[in-house]
Amino acid sequence: MEVRTFPETPLQTTGQRTTLSLITPPRGWLDLNLKELWEYRELLYFFVWRDIKVRYKQTVIGAGWAIIQPFFTMVVFSLFFGKLARIPSEGLPYPIFYYSALLPWMYFANALTGATNTMVEHQRVITKVYFPRLILPLAAVLAGLVDFGIAFLILVAMMVFYGVVPTAAVLLLPFLLLLAVATALGAGLWLSALNAIYRDVRYAVPFLVQFWMFASPVAYPSSLIPERWRWLYGLNPMAGVVEGFRWALTGRGSPPSVLLLASVTAVLLVLVGGIIYFQRMESTIADVV
Amino acid sequence: MGDLAIRVENLSKRYRIGQRERYLALRDVLARAITTPFRIFPSNPKSEFRNPNSDHIWALKDVSFEVKQGEVVGIIGRNGAGKTTLLKILARITRPTSGYAEVRGRVGSLLEVGTGFHPELTGRENVYLSGAVLGMTKREIDRKFNEIVDFAGVAEFIDTPLKYYSTGMQMRLAFAVAAHLEPEILLVDEVLAVGDLEFQKKCLGKMEDVSKGGRTVLFVSHQMNQIRRLCERVLWMEAGSIAQQGPTSKVTAAYEAALSSWSSRPDLVRDAGPSVKARFLGWEIAQPRGPEPNILTDLGPTTIKFHLWAREDLGPCHHGIVLYDTDGRRIWGWAIDGLQIPTGRFTFVYRFPMFPLRPGPYSWFVTLFDPTGLLDKWHVVPELLVATDDYQHRMDEWAGILNLPSSFELVTSSPVASNSETG
Repeated sequence: MEVRTFPETPLQTTGQRTTLSLITPPRGWLDLNLKELWEYRELLYFFVWRDIKVRYKQTVIGAGWAIIQPFFTMVVFSLFFGKLARIPSEGLPYPIFYYSALLPWMYFANALTGATNTMVEHQRVITKVYFPRLILPLAAVLAGLVDFGIAFLILVAMMVFYGVVPTAAVLLLPFLLLLAVATALGAGLWLSALNAIYRDVRYAVPFLVQFWMFASPVAYPSSLIPERWRWLYGLNPMAGVVEGFRWALTGRGSPPSVLLLASVTAVLLVLVGGIIYFQRMESTIADVV
Repeated sequence: MGDLAIRVENLSKRYRIGQRERYLALRDVLARAITTPFRIFPSNPKSEFRNPNSDHIWALKDVSFEVKQGEVVGIIGRNGAGKTTLLKILARITRPTSGYAEVRGRVGSLLEVGTGFHPELTGRENVYLSGAVLGMTKREIDRKFNEIVDFAGVAEFIDTPLKYYSTGMQMRLAFAVAAHLEPEILLVDEVLAVGDLEFQKKCLGKMEDVSKGGRTVLFVSHQMNQIRRLCERVLWMEAGSIAQQGPTSKVTAAYEAALSSWSSRPDLVRDAGPSVKARFLGWEIAQPRGPEPNILTDLGPTTIKFHLWAREDLGPCHHGIVLYDTDGRRIWGWAIDGLQIPTGRFTFVYRFPMFPLRPGPYSWFVTLFDPTGLLDKWHVVPELLVATDDYQHRMDEWAGILNLPSSFELVTSSPVASNSETG
């Protein structure tokens, strides 16, 4: 039997920087290695690419699902919360009112669920190869942006249809989206690490997402919340994001500044806490997942 | 550290036995919290100090060694001796409990073939994905893509989703990707034990190239012939520690000798963690007795014994046995169900009217299951050496597997008889 050999690239021993890594027991409660994360950026890219590729494989409608979910939810909300329950919509047509909120919300809900399941889904890879585990929830959160982009096109079409013209505030949209990404990542880090140990998390997350939606101004405007409780309400980061989206896109209502300020603070806390907790778990995740 | 590639100093790793059950459900933790309120958090270090011996095992204990750059070092030892744990720590998949290791150079680990493959993606996409997961850059994969596909021999299916590949094709593609990794330090766990004969030979050939290419390799295997072929130096691990290290021939000989006399190794039982319910301790050829208990010298009736030990009464158990030749061909396989096993030491006795195998080394693989799952599996060491008289074609290419003791006689028809026929 023939054994084929291939030219090996000779090992360069001179002039080449050799990496020295020190393997020690886990110590301290934060050793986030940003430089290493940067070195693994290509793997992050591959995981994002894989998630996008695989997501709608073997479906008939394919990426159409990215539109169908928010669109039909919008139709249902417009009918029941709007036409029947007559929830105030700040003078906006109900479809615009709901779709502009469902857009960031659906992104968040899917990204959070995706990130939560990463450690369990990639159990085999995690126990066989090293890379910064943070990449997995990060990839899940980033991959969701493609669906967001597709669904966003429908919003543009709807705004043209209803003649809703955005104001200069629309320039804040990327910042608000970043806030949504950070929230999904922050909460996703907590939940994915917990899910690696307690599989209960997997069952709890759908409930959590449902409750969270009613704690965010998706089905109703935040103006229903009394002014003096607004800051407390804003501690739910998605409250600021969702209300901010609606305001930035349509220019209706006053800028939700109190809400946003509280939300940004809350996101930072959740994210930093998530990173710390995740890092602590990271060293043992391969043993328990 | 000079020209050292790896320096390991007092490396230890402790597992909770509960971690063997993989994940927990919250209700278990809550239940435990009620009985022992200070241990709600599984990784709470204080709780571990409380009761250091009760439900922990040391998978590694004070392991120290050094590997020079360009050295190929084999790691041998029984199941559960800590070989894979050691590789996982060096590959940074898991962290040690104490001690440390210095690793100089880019590390590639090959603990499994096909890491990162996704069935829905095409062969091409999987080459990129798996390559990236194993630590290659996109540019490296671009450069080696054609080589990889050629090596795997799947060129015409490269744009077909992986799920339509046969298992063999998936294996070949997976190994082709792994074979083109070019780390300075390569950690290989028993991946060569999987796959068909041709695949194993291809792997072994590639491993030899890698080791000659000046790379540092740490290589775990149960197959002594692979270890002898590839490694200059061997670490023999036993119960989480290094039992012996040194030149390959010396250590493998000591290892095989130690395991051939099962009765001289009561520590196998003593060191068995509380999670071990039963173990294979050793084996011997009871009849005919040769110079060594693993060498068969006579072609008559043969009795082979496997010695085991059980912590508790077990049953109904399943026991399987397979015999391979050095090329990895399965010579014989057999199994039995419904065994009731008593506590303590016991023996499986196999009686064969004869053992007509061509002279050479053979290896047993034995397993024992109870209704809860695998209790022990053993790639039997030392290997069976058949050293009987050879009844074979003298030219290798015409010789076969069986060694049938046969006699030959030329018989001509007698002229009288033929006359009587014609007459």
